[in-house]
Amino acid sequence: MRSLFPILAVLAALVAFWYAAVAPMNIRGALDVAERSGTEVVPAESRARFEQSIWRLMVNNPEHIALGYSLDRPRLPTPVQVGSELWKTTGEMALNGRPMSKRSLIYHGWITLQSTLWGFALGTVLGMAGAIAIVYSRVVNMSLMPWAIISQTVPIVALAPMIIVLSSQVGIEGRTVPKAIISAYLCYFPVLVGMVKGLRSPGAAQLDLLKTYSASGLQAFLKLRLPASMPYLFTSLKIGIAAALVGTIVGELPTGAISGLGARILIGDQFGTPLAIWAALFAAAILAGVLVTLLDLMQRITLRRMGMQA
Amino acid sequence: MLDTAEAPVVNRGATTPVISAKSLDLTFQTNDGPVHALSGIDLDIGKGEFVSFIGPSGCGKTTFLRCIAALEAPTGGTLTVNGMTPDEARRARAYGYVFQAAGLYPWRTIEKNIALPLEIMGYSRAEQDARIARVLDLVELSNFGKKYPWQLSGGMQQRASIARALAFDADILLMDEPFGALDEIVRDHLNEQLLELWARTEKTIGFVTHSIPEAVYLSTKIVVMSPRPGRITDIIESPLPKKRPLDIRDTPEFLQIAHRVREGLRAGHAYDD
Repeated sequence: MRSLFPILAVLAALVAFWYAAVAPMNIRGALDVAERSGTEVVPAESRARFEQSIWRLMVNNPEHIALGYSLDRPRLPTPVQVGSELWKTTGEMALNGRPMSKRSLIYHGWITLQSTLWGFALGTVLGMAGAIAIVYSRVVNMSLMPWAIISQTVPIVALAPMIIVLSSQVGIEGRTVPKAIISAYLCYFPVLVGMVKGLRSPGAAQLDLLKTYSASGLQAFLKLRLPASMPYLFTSLKIGIAAALVGTIVGELPTGAISGLGARILIGDQFGTPLAIWAALFAAAILAGVLVTLLDLMQRITLRRMGMQA
Repeated sequence: MLDTAEAPVVNRGATTPVISAKSLDLTFQTNDGPVHALSGIDLDIGKGEFVSFIGPSGCGKTTFLRCIAALEAPTGGTLTVNGMTPDEARRARAYGYVFQAAGLYPWRTIEKNIALPLEIMGYSRAEQDARIARVLDLVELSNFGKKYPWQLSGGMQQRASIARALAFDADILLMDEPFGALDEIVRDHLNEQLLELWARTEKTIGFVTHSIPEAVYLSTKIVVMSPRPGRITDIIESPLPKKRPLDIRDTPEFLQIAHRVREGLRAGHAYDD
């Protein structure tokens, strides 16, 4: 509970900054609306206003600043606007019995979550398999690691459409699989790096001890390396699942998808409905927060059962 | 129970050496050229002896212990453990090894840490439990089996690691500066306990240390070594009785042996750098 105050203080500062930013961001939109409704604005012409800085417009039209906080299509919506849009497309629709409507963020969030979890599972398995191969084989260590690093320097936005096209060429229907591949592509890397570090964490004396017992390689792995890597694994998984979510959303952006949070963001952009973009953005952030928190909980429970001070 | 079970074995094997090294050499090839870690080591260790290896850093005392445990491979000479090569002896579970760091697994309780070698060697659950209870009693940690390592003091952790080395019936115990990281008072106490344990189990013990009083107090035989190349400069058979209270360290005999160890270390130019 002692940590609550600092968290709330930071949150309050962020919200205050956000509200303060709404006025300059929306002043042009507010003046356009005011001009159309027939009130006097300075300067009167839209083109003339375009030449002036937002700061000057605010100084010249102080009475219209408040209008910027209630626009239909604001450049920057207020937190309350975002919150109410988020509620309208989630909770309210659920209360009306249509949680899986095509306009509901619950529906789109579910589509995104499915791909994220598939990608996370695939990425985790690949990352762990790669880490084991790297730790146990010098050759793999020298050959695989550089490629793993190079793979993360390729922009995923460039790669995503190709993965979609190629997977449809080999006859994979729907978008769940290619999206999962894209998300696994981002997610395997932190798992790989973390597990390599974790599996290598036992010291020479620990390995010597097992040698004096004539322990087999498999026994050394199961009884020493794997349990020793657990704290590293969970740290990597938390980074991995966030990366998997980003991967899925990116996979939904440039690929003509019509469902999923990424698609909502893109459609909101194309149709000029910033509120929809911001609501989808916050839905994605909340989803990521929930997933990371769940993993954190799993980490605490696992490490406590292993007797480690988490 | 333990004493009666092991007593006949001790009597039978009293004459033949358990560990025997003949002109043993070990040279490490490094980027700065060859390092002669061990050179011409001749040593016999009899059954039930308590042998200390003492000398400055780099004299090869730890390396020699690691050779016995087949953790290093000698480059010359012969070394036998129970009449076998060190590698065979390891597979026959001839020795338990205690490192300077206790090296307990933080995710296992003390019991489960002691069970580790037993699990690897495939003992049944019932057998594991019986052995764990026995060795915990030997190191006086019976009430701490369910605790995790971080809940124990450094000295208790080291005792647990000794219990782990005793859990399977190795008759050789190799200890590499097991009390090096502990303070003097705890060390005294553990030295007393170790002597008691040695008397009860009749194990053969190889013990590496930096401390002259520790070596003299514990050992029946003190091997003084010196570096560059790592070699033996003196072997001292201790005339002290087997039963040794802590205040034996103030007797003239004790001080005389300690003096000879110090002389041996000096003769090897141990402190010329």
